[in-house]
Amino acid sequence: MTGWERFADSFLNARVAAEYLPKIVEGFGLTVVLALCIIAAGLTAGLALAVLRSLGVRPLNWLIIFAVDLFRALPPLVVIALLYFGLPAAGLSLSGFAAAWLALSLVLMAFSEEIFWAGITAVPKGQWEAARSTGLGFLPTLRLVVLPQALRITVPPLTNRTIAITKNTALASVVAVPEILGAAQAGVSFGFNPTPLTLGAAAYLVLFLPVVVLGRWVETRFAWKR
Amino acid sequence: MAAIVRAHGVHKHFGALHVLRGVDLEVAERELVFVIGPSGSGKSTLLRCLNRLEEPSGGRIEVDGIDMLDRRTDINRARQRIGMVFQSFNLYPHMTALGNVALALRKVLKLPRAEADERARAALERVNLADRAGHYPGQLSGGQQQRVAIARAIALEPRVMLFDEPTSALDPELVGGVLQAMRELRESGMTMVVVSHEMGFARAAADRVVFMDHGLVVEEGPPEAVFGAPREERTRAFIRQIDRH
Repeated sequence: MTGWERFADSFLNARVAAEYLPKIVEGFGLTVVLALCIIAAGLTAGLALAVLRSLGVRPLNWLIIFAVDLFRALPPLVVIALLYFGLPAAGLSLSGFAAAWLALSLVLMAFSEEIFWAGITAVPKGQWEAARSTGLGFLPTLRLVVLPQALRITVPPLTNRTIAITKNTALASVVAVPEILGAAQAGVSFGFNPTPLTLGAAAYLVLFLPVVVLGRWVETRFAWKR
Repeated sequence: MAAIVRAHGVHKHFGALHVLRGVDLEVAERELVFVIGPSGSGKSTLLRCLNRLEEPSGGRIEVDGIDMLDRRTDINRARQRIGMVFQSFNLYPHMTALGNVALALRKVLKLPRAEADERARAALERVNLADRAGHYPGQLSGGQQQRVAIARAIALEPRVMLFDEPTSALDPELVGGVLQAMRELRESGMTMVVVSHEMGFARAAADRVVFMDHGLVVEEGPPEAVFGAPREERTRAFIRQIDRH
């Protein structure tokens, strides 16, 4: 066997590929579900924290900043491992899926809170003053005047960060979630052949390449207007 | 005549800076009071204390019979009676001119959309911008933006209007339209407090001119007296300064 044949047999093995393709497709579906759950929870929580922070309650803000800095400093894998292996010791066990979802949602929450907060503070003070001077209250002003402008500025950085964190769904394989990478690794173990990894890589490309391209489009589109 | 604005002994500190040092100001119904003074004299701060955009450190402020500094006062209700126009317009950039004017009508006065839009359109009509109702602020000139801002304030039918250097950010050729809108507002009987350097307008339209310096009212009186024969040396120096330009 030549070197190329050995490589092809290992990584591009048609028989193995056909055998494990269904598992990878299942993993693909799971990755999509996990990613959507993370985006929904992470962005919602991040926006909620940024709104809370804008109320300007000192002790509350310290707490928010502490939580945000914590989850921005910890590597996502560590957070997943802590939730999955650590919580059972506290009498609360999470499934691998739940642990990965919670961990990555917290990380996305932390990063997106910072981005939302930056957006809110970037809206000129005069906008608040104009609205408040007409008798509009704090929360209506935030919702109707400030947030629409803040969200607009946050779209490009938020898109990038969301993509970066969503890709970390691959880390869920560590806690036995059969998402794309998990399914591929299982395939490698059972099939004694690394071809499922090639399938996995292809699956990630199919999933994230359009998202990355979309992100670039969103970024340029929103950059023009400001 | 009944006073709509009564401010007595108003103090304001910004940290160590004592910006207002016991200012008294009364404005009668339908009166147009012009507040002039060098930059840093506290005139804008005084104006912003009147609707509590700035929290005064001391003193009493009453607007239309409402104690503005009483903790029990519903500040949002009180502010409905006090229109304010800012130097930098502060229009909401994500809303049309009509949307800018209608927002408070819908969300503060809780008018149904159709009625709010109708009143907003009438307010735009008063500043001669009915034909720009669908334009966004970015599509309007500075002068037009400021007139939309005036419409936004008068749509709520306030009892008094505060103008904080309304023409300072405008190119000279755009000032006229804004002053025209203010003149028409004045003729309709609106009570107005104007902080501005438009001395020509002050001479022509003001009932009273108040000169402030270093956080105090130095001199006040009818425009011909304050501009023509100022009693205080500081007033004379200031008038000389601005007349040179």
